[in-house]
Amino acid sequence: MPENTPFMKPYEEEIKTFSWEISKNELGYKDGDIINIGEYCTDRICRMGKSDKLALIWEGFTGEEKRYTFNDMRQLTNSIAKFLRDDLGIKPGQRVCLFMDKVPELYFGFLGVLKMGAIVQPLFSAFGPESLLTRLQDATTTAIFTQKKHLPKVRNILKDLPELKYIIVVDDEGAKPLKENEVAFNMDKVERVDSFDIYPTKAETPSVLHYTSGTTGKPKGAQHVHNSIISQYMTAKYVLDLRDDDIYWCTADPGWVTGTSYGIIGAWANGVTQCVMDAGFKSETWYKFIEKHKITVWYSAPTAIRALMKDGTETVRKFNLSSLRHLASVGEPLNAEAVIWSQEAFGMMFHDTFWQTETGCIVVSNYPGMKIKPGSMGKPFPGIEATVVDLKTFVPVNKVGIVGMIALKPGWPSMIRTYWNNEVTYKSKFQNGWYLCGDRASIDADGYFWFVGRDDDVINTGGHLVGPFEIESALLEHPAVAESAAIGKPDPINMEVVKAFITLKPGFEQNKMLELEIMNFVRKKLSALAMPQEIEFVDSLPKTRSGKIMRRVLRAKEWGEEIGDISTLENDM
Amino acid sequence: MAESVKDIVLEYIRNEYLEEGDDREVNYDTPIISGGIVDSFSMVSLKVFLETQYNISIPDTKATPEAFDSVNNIVTLLKEFNIE
Repeated sequence: MPENTPFMKPYEEEIKTFSWEISKNELGYKDGDIINIGEYCTDRICRMGKSDKLALIWEGFTGEEKRYTFNDMRQLTNSIAKFLRDDLGIKPGQRVCLFMDKVPELYFGFLGVLKMGAIVQPLFSAFGPESLLTRLQDATTTAIFTQKKHLPKVRNILKDLPELKYIIVVDDEGAKPLKENEVAFNMDKVERVDSFDIYPTKAETPSVLHYTSGTTGKPKGAQHVHNSIISQYMTAKYVLDLRDDDIYWCTADPGWVTGTSYGIIGAWANGVTQCVMDAGFKSETWYKFIEKHKITVWYSAPTAIRALMKDGTETVRKFNLSSLRHLASVGEPLNAEAVIWSQEAFGMMFHDTFWQTETGCIVVSNYPGMKIKPGSMGKPFPGIEATVVDLKTFVPVNKVGIVGMIALKPGWPSMIRTYWNNEVTYKSKFQNGWYLCGDRASIDADGYFWFVGRDDDVINTGGHLVGPFEIESALLEHPAVAESAAIGKPDPINMEVVKAFITLKPGFEQNKMLELEIMNFVRKKLSALAMPQEIEFVDSLPKTRSGKIMRRVLRAKEWGEEIGDISTLENDM
Repeated sequence: MAESVKDIVLEYIRNEYLEEGDDREVNYDTPIISGGIVDSFSMVSLKVFLETQYNISIPDTKATPEAFDSVNNIVTLLKEFNIE
């Protein structure tokens, strides 16, 4: 195949011939075989003769660098699996949480947990104690990997987690004694295990539990199975166009699904070298990282792209980024301006991709070699039937330009199998034989999807979904807050940021100091993502006659949109 | 003796953004945004703190990750508002 020819055939040709069997054949999997993501990403790659190839180039924020080959990764994931199984007695099917920054232990821990048959539960390390508690309680997690810096958050909630038996600290140096149930595990010093009996998981064995926020209620645990690798391998190959000699950088945190589906599984199932930078965002640092490691394929997020855009092409020009050959984006719609800017700045366009925690893999996308219409989500991945359905009847719209809800025909390999402990909500996602994504879009005459917006009140901030209910609940715990409503307000960088409307209890006065206090209260309790970036103190909130706060009224005002039907509104605003 | 602006800001960052038990060293030059101590979402709370503490209004164009990337950078920014 000529060097520049994408793996994927021209789109119209590919959709006629594509079958998930191609992926199974390439992975060497036959229906009914044992299939373990941990094994497929490490041992299998070594058997392909890539033992000495670099799997991970990691850089910390101080510039410290670590490199691991696929054989290092194979052995170290074995060590982790053996430690969990033999030293701690963790059983297959139990939940093991990863609560760490983007350190190598997070990546290898993910695969190690899977190798011994437990279910891995990655959680964003910036979560505050309450966000952490909710998710650990729901999953009745047995063990958690963490770092010293996050240990206090875990200790603070331990009394409410009777099922949590082990807290594994990956960077303990013995300076302060660990407490009961806490155990040190230093991956760089641990004995390497060359041979481990990998648990014989099958296609439908649960693998990963990713928590995602909804409009109401607590976050839901989207439960995936080992079969997901069939989709993740193929979409990584076709959409990200990953090749053997690529140096790949997925900027997502594995606390979120992109960071695992494409920051771990998709990339390593393809035997590709990937880079990870565990540092905060800064344009020059990012460009320097690309230049230093000669990154070729870069999968990032619109929020980051817009932040880079803000710093201008002159910053780009300071660096030699000629190694880049393919760019993709995920998390929220990539606006046309950002796509056009990337052509100017990098000589190539970012390819927008659309998918969700529940889909496990990219489902609508722009593909290498396919004409990009800037601002469009692209077309359905071959092997996935996608459409937009009427919002009331759930029948496909089948008309150009008419907005409906994005819907997928169930059955692709990486689709979630349920929400943990919440089958009712899982079933409610299906209507008329379609899985409903909860996002609205239209389809143009050429079959390109165009994103319109969410169909619920979930806030998409910087590519992360945040549930308003969680924020409002946290706000109500503040002594000054009587009532609250959280919505997403427009933001040029993050698409949306959290804005809270608050009524105060008698005796409290609105002022800047109180605003700051409430902001920090939510940040520490939940996370920085959930922290209102703006607080508006109001005398009352719009409510229905039954007393339900009408977020959509606040949201419409904030976005300058039509308020719609307010016949059920109880009070004047 | 009144605490310097530099020390007030440093103390606030240490108290607010480092978890209890987080023994990372933060001094005047530590990169706090690019170093991941204060993330981009939390930056707003740091901005509100500075505005409240010094009774100023920092325009968004000046509240950049670079301007907030260390205590020294913040002190330089505050000088523009005659806060020294």
